[in-house]
Amino acid sequence: MSDTTTERPTGLSGLLARITTGSNAGSVRTSLTTVASSLAAVAIALTICAVLLLVTGKSPIDAYTTIAETAGNSDKLLEMLRRSTPLIFSATAVAVGFKMNLFNIGVEGQYLFAALIAAEAGSRVSLPAVFHVIFILVVAMAAGALWASISGVLKVYRNIHEVISTIMLNYIALSVIQWLFENFFRDDSVEGLNVKTTIIAESGQMPDLVDGRLNAMFLVALATAAAFWVLVYRCRFGFRLRASGYNATAAEVAGIGARRMIIAAMLISGAIAGLVAMYSVVGETYAYGPSATPTQFGFAGITVALLGRNHPVGIVIAALLFGFLDSTSAVLQLADVPNSIVKVMQSIIVLAVVIVNEATIRRLNARTAEQMRSQIDTGEAS
Amino acid sequence: MNHSAPPAVVLDGIWKRFPGVIANHDVSLTVERGTIHAVVGENGAGKSTLMKTLYGMHRPDAGTVAVNGTEMHMKSPADAIDAGIGMVHQHFMLADNFTVLENIILGSEPAHRGVIDAASARRDLAELMRTVGVTLDLDMPVSELGVGERQRVEILKVLFRGADIVILDEPTAVLVPEEVDELFATLRRLVNDGATVIFISHKLDEVLQVSDAITVMRQGTTVASLTPAETDRAGLAELMVGSELPTPGGRTTPIGDSARLSVAGLTVMGAEGRPAVESATFTVRAGEIVGIAGVEGNGQYELCAGIIGLRPADGTVMVDGRDISHASVRDRHDAGVAYIPFDRHREALMLNSSLWENGLLGREASPELSTGPLVNISAARASTRGIIERFGVLTPNETVPAFALSGGNQQKLVVGRSMITEPAVLIAAHPTRGIDVGAQAAVWAELRDARDAGCAILLVSADLDELIGLSDTLLVMFDGRIAAELSPEGLTPAELGGYMTGATTGASA
Repeated sequence: MSDTTTERPTGLSGLLARITTGSNAGSVRTSLTTVASSLAAVAIALTICAVLLLVTGKSPIDAYTTIAETAGNSDKLLEMLRRSTPLIFSATAVAVGFKMNLFNIGVEGQYLFAALIAAEAGSRVSLPAVFHVIFILVVAMAAGALWASISGVLKVYRNIHEVISTIMLNYIALSVIQWLFENFFRDDSVEGLNVKTTIIAESGQMPDLVDGRLNAMFLVALATAAAFWVLVYRCRFGFRLRASGYNATAAEVAGIGARRMIIAAMLISGAIAGLVAMYSVVGETYAYGPSATPTQFGFAGITVALLGRNHPVGIVIAALLFGFLDSTSAVLQLADVPNSIVKVMQSIIVLAVVIVNEATIRRLNARTAEQMRSQIDTGEAS
Repeated sequence: MNHSAPPAVVLDGIWKRFPGVIANHDVSLTVERGTIHAVVGENGAGKSTLMKTLYGMHRPDAGTVAVNGTEMHMKSPADAIDAGIGMVHQHFMLADNFTVLENIILGSEPAHRGVIDAASARRDLAELMRTVGVTLDLDMPVSELGVGERQRVEILKVLFRGADIVILDEPTAVLVPEEVDELFATLRRLVNDGATVIFISHKLDEVLQVSDAITVMRQGTTVASLTPAETDRAGLAELMVGSELPTPGGRTTPIGDSARLSVAGLTVMGAEGRPAVESATFTVRAGEIVGIAGVEGNGQYELCAGIIGLRPADGTVMVDGRDISHASVRDRHDAGVAYIPFDRHREALMLNSSLWENGLLGREASPELSTGPLVNISAARASTRGIIERFGVLTPNETVPAFALSGGNQQKLVVGRSMITEPAVLIAAHPTRGIDVGAQAAVWAELRDARDAGCAILLVSADLDELIGLSDTLLVMFDGRIAAELSPEGLTPAELGGYMTGATTGASA
């Protein structure tokens, strides 16, 4: 038995590579094990949170009963779908980068910039109903891609690490947005605190699926996740993206130019990021507003992508879980449980998943190698 | 030698049941203290498995391991290190951007109240280097070292951790004759100083030259233990494979007239900002194999990188009369340039991906393997099955991940992937490195077939027999320049070695 399982990337970079790109041995059994390990991680997180609640003198049973009761409430379930919508976009955007070990920490800035530009552009045109909505979404994607491309260009031509540039561009985005909004895009007819851009005409408003509770951006989110799957797992581009992530040098040798892939991945990631706040912009407030447009989804997307292991199915499930936990926070407060426990729980779930996954992948890899040898042994090999 | 002292290592009746092609069965090995003990055998004969047992990387299913007379039950390499066993792996495990000193002390840093005591490490290392007769600049980043120097760093690292039993896994696979001699001198000083060296190899001449005792393994078990005096090359070979070793055969078809690969005035920058290749000019004709000989690190990698477009280069590269000097890697690939890389793990494989995805890499744009923008998965899998069959890759199917294959089988897949496209020009860097004798013969046969079919092959190798046996023309690289053009006919490895080290100069075609 010569050199086989030991020569794999080790250390932090190897760990990161495995967390982000995942193991690629895609059998049903592998998927089942992955699901099982994610469930185990959630169970571990619940246990730790129960201990935390006990320590703070709250009853974990009350808290979990409250959460469980929420699950039977159709209003809350709609709320779950609504809250999961931006998370699916955000996590998918992050996952596109992760597939080639590119860390787009800048989804936050990209989607807020896109929200402002798309809201303003949408309020200035008049188009037939369907086209108006599509126009706004396309502008949002273009604006998100534009903002993300800055990091891509900096990495390719100036060798600046994308983690640094995307984080920094988040801050720059906030300033640019504020400046644009205050000086050019603000609707001056609105008084008070709830300032916004001009309201988008009805033709540019996304139809509701359930009146006032859920709009069709949720379906767009699911479609985006599906498109992500086709792109990454079925398209030549996705193959090149993953190859660059698994072994950048080998990809380069095979003629997959790293520069082009970095730019392409950042553009796609940014374009998807541009859609994060659209459920609000075209579906709820019909405008961009500093207090009306939701923030922080860019960072939540990173955790959802990790929890979903950068696979579209995993991302949708993880986004639903996070959306559900978010939707319970109001109820928890009524039950005298600090709603910050939800954020704690989300964070612990992600930590637990990362740790459990690492262990699972090692075992899976060892088992794969072993199985292969036994298959050779019993003469199934050529 | 003190005969009352127990042997350094006694492995007795070791069984290791990987239910695979080879497991260790009933392996016995006795290594006397203060000797260089060679373990020889084909790739896949079970040498690595045995050494992993000794180094605590896995536990044997049966049998005992005794070190210096004490029976050991090692659970991890840490236990082996505690017992004074050190291992120098075939693939070096060094942190490229650390200095030599930092790499050596990594993991066993001498510290004073949590602060690394570099001065004491320096003192100890100076002493150690004097003892084993090695000189290295401790402050040089490892990334700037050649292969031979990196290996010395690995050896020093093992010794620094207090090992007196040093296992070297195929240490000469990456070295040229001069470096091999230096390594052997180092090993000799080590054993004279009381250490014990276990040396894994399948190069019989070296084994006969350096070792005090030889253990031969075949098909998972030890078949003979002897001394160099008791045997010779042919005898060892027969014990190893049960038959005579194959050699690269000559050619039967004539070399064509057309130049398929023309390189003119090619200058490629190295990592340190000075040219690693300086105005290389040569031609490879249809049906010709041009061999590149040279001590590793004299510009061979950069030459190949410059030809396939991985590194910016001045000068011209033409394939079939078409100037590809400024083309991208992909365009050169499409123009018919294929490449078998120097390092399969770094440059060729996605270890976590399935074999068919690995087989697809670099060919994902070919019309047979795609449908519009989509990958044609069934065609890609079928194509990889073809490679597996034709090149004899030992695997249950094409869906297993690449890391599950042994090194030789990985190499066969890589070679197959490059050759199945029937390229106009094949840049083959160490095509048979680390693969067993049978597979080596198969790869040689494929290279010859491709050559006879009109492919122009540029062969870079450290195996001088391979170079002399396969090449129609030999170019020697020294310090980034093509120092000599030789005819392989009648050339001996020793003569070639003289050109490679710069001792002999001038062209003598």
